[in-house]
Formats: sequence, C-alpha cells, structure tokens
Amino acid sequence: METMSTTESQKPRVVQAAVTGKGERLLRLALPLATMFAWLAAWEFYVWQQAVPPYILPAPSLILQTLVENFSSLESSLWFTLRLTLMALALAVLSGALIGTIFALSPLIELSFFPFAIMLQVTPIIAIAPLIMIYVDSTFAALLICAWIVAFFPMLSNTVIGLRSADHNLKALFRLYRATPWQTFRYLLAPSALPFFMAGLKIAGGLALIGAVVAEFVAGASGRDTGLASRILEASFRNEIPRMFSSLVLVSMCGMAIFMINIWLSKRLLGYWHESEIKSEG
Amino acid sequence: MAHQRAGVVTAMGIVPTMTKADSLIRISGVDKRFANGTVALRDLSLDIGQRQFISFLGPSGCGKSTALRMIAGLTAPSTGSIEWSKESGAASKHVHDIGFVFQEPTLMPWATVFENVYLPLKLVGTSRKAAQPLVEEALEQVGLANFAAVYPRELSGGMKMRVSIARAMVTRPRVLLMDEPFAALDEMTRIKLNNDVLRLWSEHDLTVIFVTHSVWESVYLSNRIIVMAARPGRVVDDITISAPYPRDEEFRVSAEYAEYCKHVSKALRSTLDGNDVDH
Ligand SMILES: Nc1ncnc2c1ncn2[C@@H]1O[C@H](COP(=O)(O)OP(=O)(O)OP(=O)(O)O)[C@@H](O)[C@H]1O
Ligand SMILES: [Mg+2]
Repeated sequence: METMSTTESQKPRVVQAAVTGKGERLLRLALPLATMFAWLAAWEFYVWQQAVPPYILPAPSLILQTLVENFSSLESSLWFTLRLTLMALALAVLSGALIGTIFALSPLIELSFFPFAIMLQVTPIIAIAPLIMIYVDSTFAALLICAWIVAFFPMLSNTVIGLRSADHNLKALFRLYRATPWQTFRYLLAPSALPFFMAGLKIAGGLALIGAVVAEFVAGASGRDTGLASRILEASFRNEIPRMFSSLVLVSMCGMAIFMINIWLSKRLLGYWHESEIKSEG
Repeated sequence: MAHQRAGVVTAMGIVPTMTKADSLIRISGVDKRFANGTVALRDLSLDIGQRQFISFLGPSGCGKSTALRMIAGLTAPSTGSIEWSKESGAASKHVHDIGFVFQEPTLMPWATVFENVYLPLKLVGTSRKAAQPLVEEALEQVGLANFAAVYPRELSGGMKMRVSIARAMVTRPRVLLMDEPFAALDEMTRIKLNNDVLRLWSEHDLTVIFVTHSVWESVYLSNRIIVMAARPGRVVDDITISAPYPRDEEFRVSAEYAEYCKHVSKALRSTLDGNDVDH
C-alpha cells in the first residue's frame, strides 16, 4: 500500500534538549542558595554589628547552635508534627479524591452536600478546633481532624473541577465507541483531572502543615507527646527566643520538604505531557 | 468482525426497517431543536448513497455539525428519523463502522501517538497485541509510521490531524464523518491532506461525509455537495460534481473545476441573501 506523503522529517525529534540541561540545573540550585546565604550573612552581620541581644533577635549562628544542642528534645516533636501533617494530608487526598469523584459523577449528590464542604472550608479552623478538642478524647486524633479539615477542601474542589475538565469532543469520541463508564473514567476523566489534582496537592500539602501547627496552638498541649507548635509555645513562655527560632526553622523545613516532594511528584506524573510542567525551548 | 445490524434511530430508539439498494443512510424529516429553543435543523431529508463523498457546505451556524453528530448517533433528532440501510452490506450502527474526525485533532495529550490511535480498539476490548498491526497500518497510511512513540505536543498541526485520521480509520469504518477537519490548517497542508483523504476514500471503499466552509475544498473532494442555509438550518441545494476521479492538481487548475466552484459559490451566496451571518 502506498503511504501518505510527508514533508515533515521522518524521524521523531529529540525533545528534551540535553545541552542546556546541566548548566540550567546548576543555576536552579545555586541561585536560591546564594540568595539565602547572602540574606543569612546580612542578618548575622547586623546582629553582630549592632550588638542586638539574643532575646530580641538571635543571630543565625546562635539559632543553629541552639538547634544542634536541643536536637534530641526537638527531634520527637519534629516527628510528631511531621507524622500528623502527612497523615492529615493522606486522609485529605483519599477523602478528597473519593468524595470529589462522587460529586463529579453525580450532580445531585454534589448539590446536596457541597454546602457542607464549603462550610468546612470557610469556617476558620482556629474557631472549630476548641470544639473538636472537647468532643474528641485523643489529642492526636483531634489534631488530625483539624489538619484534615484544612487540607480537605482543595483536594475536593480540584478533583471535581479536574474530572469535569475533560475535553468535550474526546467525551463524544468515547461515547461514539460505546465506552463503559469505567473506561471513560479510567482513560479520559482521571487523566484529565490529574493536573488539577496535583495542583490541589501542592496547596493541601502546605495547608495540612498549617492546620497541624494551628490546631496544636489551640490545643495548647504540653508534655512529652507534642509537636513543634508546643515547643514554640513553651519557648515563648520562657522567653527563650533562640529556641523559638530553632523550632520555627524545623517547621518551615517540614513545609519545604513536603513542597519539594510535591514538585517532584508533579514533574514525574505530568512532566511528559502537561503544559504546566513542560519547559519551553529556545 | 462487524456485526450486521440495521435500524432507525429516532427520538425513541432503534427500530429495524428500510431496504433500498445503494442507499446507506436515509435521513427523513429530521428537525433538531435544542433545549434553549434554537432550531438547528428544519426538515432535513437526505439519502446518502454508499461510497459517496458528500460535503455539507454552508455558513456558520447552519447546523452542519449538528447533522453530522446526529448521523454519528451522538445526539438524537427531535423529530424524524435517521435510517441505516440493511442491504448495503455496511453494518449500519455498529461501533466499528463509523470514524469521526473533529475540527480539532482532539488527541489525548497524556498518551503517545500509538496509544491515541489504539484507543478505539482498546475501548471495544481488542488486546494491545492484536491491535498492534492494525495501529501500525493506520499510522503508515497517514505517513506517521515512525511517530508511534511520540507525544501529541511534539507534532505539528497537520501531523496531529493525521493522527486523528489514523484513529478514525483504525477500526476500518465504512463511513468516515469529518467536521471541518482542515479548517485550521494552512493551504499547503490542507491540499496535501485533501489528497490523502481522497486516497483513503478510494482505497477503503469508504463513504465520506465531509463538513466544510470552503467551496474550493468541497468541489475538489466531493461528488455531491449539500448546500445549507442558516436560521433555521436547512438544505437549499444538492449539487452533483461529476468530474471523474482520481482528481489531482490538474483538476484543481482546470476550467471545469473553476466552473463548478462558480456554480457552488452562487448557490452558497444565495443562502446569505437577507441573512445576517456571523462568520
Ligand atoms: N448544544 C447546543 N445547545 C444549543 N444550541 C446549539 C447547540 N449546539 C449547536 N447549537 C446551535 O445550533 C445551530 C447550529 O449549530 P452547528 O454547530 O450545527 O452549526 P455549524 O453549521 O456546524 O456551524 P460552524 O460552521 O460554525 O461549525 C447554531 O445556531 C448553534 O448556536
Ligand atoms: Mg460546526
């Protein structure tokens, strides 16, 4: 059989430009690191030059030293907060995806229950937290519920929007070939929703940590089995500013780590096809 | 492989009927009113013969896409019926028998060219292994044999359209429905793809129903042109183009071609008289 004529080159193009790759990756790492370092150096210099007392503003070196010295006591709090955040995030992802799918596939259910979801979203967690603390015996469970509430909504709404965003004509094509509902979901709706889902995950990751920390502040828990928020509160009562800062450093490192994992995951899942993750060349 | 079935698609469902030699699809008295009150089509009656290359030509909003979607069974007519012939040998409304090409390539961006073309077969349960030669053949027919592993974003507009055609052809349909498939392409690519479609049509004993805005394209391709007018959408002329096939560049510059274009243009212009058409 004769084949169609093509003027386009007959070999697939190599898409990822390998040439720029290495230098660019180096720049991507070096630039933010340099900025960070310059900022810390300026801070250090300012504290030293103005002789600012540590109970007002500790130098970065002192914060680091405090962090190292207190690490054994901070470590358990770090794991506590991290575990709380990740569990809340996992719950939010699962429940958001599940309920979002139900909403997207059934407008009637969505109509009935969406107001509840919005209520959860618009009521400040700090206002609900005390109630949850009263109703739920286990502190950890109460904190988990708070963090979950905060992280749940972006997963829910992004899943719903994502599943509804499938191309109209592709949907018609699936109907033309008599696709089963499961096939349509699996091969069309779910992949269409993935970019929205990943965007939701980035937001939910940050919110889960915020929820975990805020809820712990409200709980005002003290004792052994507590997270970084409690360490910050304790240090603040005792006016130990360097210790506050070192706990703070750990909190923001948790946030950074979650964010980076999300970025990496998003790149893995969308990198080869979705506009948001494709680098433009030239 | 194709299961023989014939029937009438009406607002109420499929009712078996109709026998007429050569006629493949009979559209009788079809109206289409949308929920918002728009009358997209009024009293459309049309016999589409087997192996015809038929073009729907008309201004924007005259119901060309609506007619095509109804023929494909994607929307039901409000009144009237669309019958598929029993005797035509074409197994009427079977999934395998219709290929649809949209105005946009409508590819899945997350899937490779191979996966995109494999989709129709996957949906009817053909295993990847069994489908492989069919997909490869379809890609070869559109000159994209080397692009199976590539993602759609790495292709030009014309190449994406070819993938879309390969996907429509992979089930070996009897009828190919095309809704302004080349409207967004440049002139050169469009001419090339016109020739490609003509070749597919003759090699595969296809019936092609082709929607277009372009007089020149419709005359070059079809042996029959249905000229339509808008508000409400209706057929105003049914023109036979009896120039012989194969048609090539020679035909494109012939006096005969020019004469047909003039004739069809005139018919099309008459649909615009006294109409505010938003092109
Ligand atoms: N889903 C819909 N709901 C309501 N009205 C619709 C719908 N689809 C199409 N229409 C209307 O029906 C009429 C015919 O639409 P159709 O898309 O069939 O036109 P067309 O001839 O394909 O136009 P174009 O050349 O611009 O694609 C138009 O007036 C359009 O606004
Ligand atoms: Mg149209």
